[in-house]
Amino acid sequence: MKSSVSRLSLWLLLTPFLLWIVLLVLLPHLQMLRVSFQVRESWDTIAWGIEQYQNFFTESYYWRTFVRTGVMSLFTTFLTLIIAFPIAWYIARLARGRSKGILFLACLIPFWASELVRTYGWMILLRESGLFSSWLQALGWVDGPVEMLYNDVAVIIGLVYNGLLFMVVPLVTTLDGMDENLVEAGYDLGGGHGTVLREIVVPWAMPGIVSGCIVVFMLTLGSYLTPVLMGGKDSAWFTEQIFTQFITRFNWEQGAALGVLLLVLSSLIVWLGLKISGQSLRKVMG
Amino acid sequence: MGMDSDLFCEKLVRRFGSNAAVDHVSLDVPAGTFFSILGPSGCGKTTLLRLLAGFDKPDEGDIHIRGQRMNDVPPNRRPVNMVFQHLALFPTMTVGDNIGYGLKRRKMPLAERRKRIARVLEQVGLPDLEYRDPQELSGGQRQRVALARCLVLEPTLLLLDEPLGALDLKLREQMKVELKHLQKQFGTTFVYITHDQSEAMVMSDQVAVMRDGRFDQVAPPEELYREPVTPFVAGFVGDNNRLSGELVSVRDNLAEIRLDDGVLVQGRVASDNLRAGHRAELYIRPESLVLSGDALSSGFSSMQAKVRTTLFDGANSRVEAENCGQPVYARLPQDGSAPRLSADSSIRLAWNPALARVFGADSP
Repeated sequence: MKSSVSRLSLWLLLTPFLLWIVLLVLLPHLQMLRVSFQVRESWDTIAWGIEQYQNFFTESYYWRTFVRTGVMSLFTTFLTLIIAFPIAWYIARLARGRSKGILFLACLIPFWASELVRTYGWMILLRESGLFSSWLQALGWVDGPVEMLYNDVAVIIGLVYNGLLFMVVPLVTTLDGMDENLVEAGYDLGGGHGTVLREIVVPWAMPGIVSGCIVVFMLTLGSYLTPVLMGGKDSAWFTEQIFTQFITRFNWEQGAALGVLLLVLSSLIVWLGLKISGQSLRKVMG
Repeated sequence: MGMDSDLFCEKLVRRFGSNAAVDHVSLDVPAGTFFSILGPSGCGKTTLLRLLAGFDKPDEGDIHIRGQRMNDVPPNRRPVNMVFQHLALFPTMTVGDNIGYGLKRRKMPLAERRKRIARVLEQVGLPDLEYRDPQELSGGQRQRVALARCLVLEPTLLLLDEPLGALDLKLREQMKVELKHLQKQFGTTFVYITHDQSEAMVMSDQVAVMRDGRFDQVAPPEELYREPVTPFVAGFVGDNNRLSGELVSVRDNLAEIRLDDGVLVQGRVASDNLRAGHRAELYIRPESLVLSGDALSSGFSSMQAKVRTTLFDGANSRVEAENCGQPVYARLPQDGSAPRLSADSSIRLAWNPALARVFGADSP
């Protein structure tokens, strides 16, 4: 009797999780996969085929945007790592007591506002009539207003900013657990700064680096607001095309195919990243 | 400075705020010796070791290693390596890579590196463990890897920061002897810090007893044990009994003091602040106390004490007694010569005054 009770409670505990996974993740994706292979022949007849996928490869605008999104996401992830590492190092190793908590909070505070508000914040700073532009003019460094928005740099700034916290947190966690003596031993046995970083700190922080990179990469690849708002009409982000297919063109079949491709791309790159860094998903996320 | 001294420090000072953790420490360690710094926790020994390793800089004073001034040399350029308290083996590397790390920094070719790694592993008694992860090894094995990682670099000086602390008692006893052998085998100068006087005594050629940032005494273990120069050393190194009383007279290097129960006893003069009529303290080791019946050698001092309890511990068995409220321990020989003692019975404890040391009560 006892085991059936505990089994029941296990199922009850699992129910919300299973509902979440099945209803919100599994079913929509399966449905999308199905739709992506449907070919609309006329308004009421549907056939099966791979026409949408063919479209993707024949229409250069699609796959160029696809590659561009992938490459820019990778670059953003890398940049986020480079910026987050010193921050995480400072928080985890150098800051003590109160200042540690305050610094951590400072990283967190921007996330109390929504992505939309944060993005508009950047737009206020970067636009032609924005803060930076007027400062530059006031200092006399430029003659007229400068437009810093609506280019790739602006998009990357916004994306890095959005990803920073998700990189800092896992890095701080892993670096926090590192024995100070390991670094000292690294120097003591003849290593310089570069060697200690490369041979001791980075290998130790690898699980944190990889988990941060995965999260930031996924967030970046799937982000929509930042590239659209900060990149303007030329931003050409892949999620934007999916949006266009679903909403503007009302071409759900094409949109679904693009969505599936994006999922495949992100899974592939994450898998590759894990392989190259020699980490396992369990180690990184555990 | 001796010509063959590996480490020579002069008036080293390191302050944290107004507190001097290392306070004008000078030391001279001849090449090839096992030098221990012994002191209670918080005495500044770890700070001193970090100054030697280069992780910290002295506020005053100079550090010379083989005649070279080291004050401004960063840790990775010093001919000094350190075995950390918790060993700090690199967990992301195999045993071989841990040992090869330092060699690689010296740009040694791979083949030569392999050879050296295999040889040093052989020397520390861990052959064929090169490809294992440090986490897979036992405590004693990890200890040896940490040693090998340093010794393979043939440093002038090897610093050891209480590396035996994490081991269990049996292994610790074994490693003590082994460390001593390894030091002789490699001929490297060891500077070992510990709060465990037995570790320092067993392994060292010279021991410095440190207290509040200063050295109380630097001497070979036996001298430290037999002729402590301060009451602190007398009490810290080995077990000791302290009997306090009033100084009566000093004659022929023998001090006579009157214990609080009026008995006159004698011991050797150990400090120069003994004045008649002032308080003084006599230190006598438990094994120097004789449980006497009637037959007393002439010249022995003796006193009455009341038995509190006996503590059986094999060869270290002791009787705990009391004289004027002060506890007194005496060794109970386990060769059948010791009488059976019952609590509250009265015993007579005697000693050869040459084995007792008398300090003025206001000694440093």
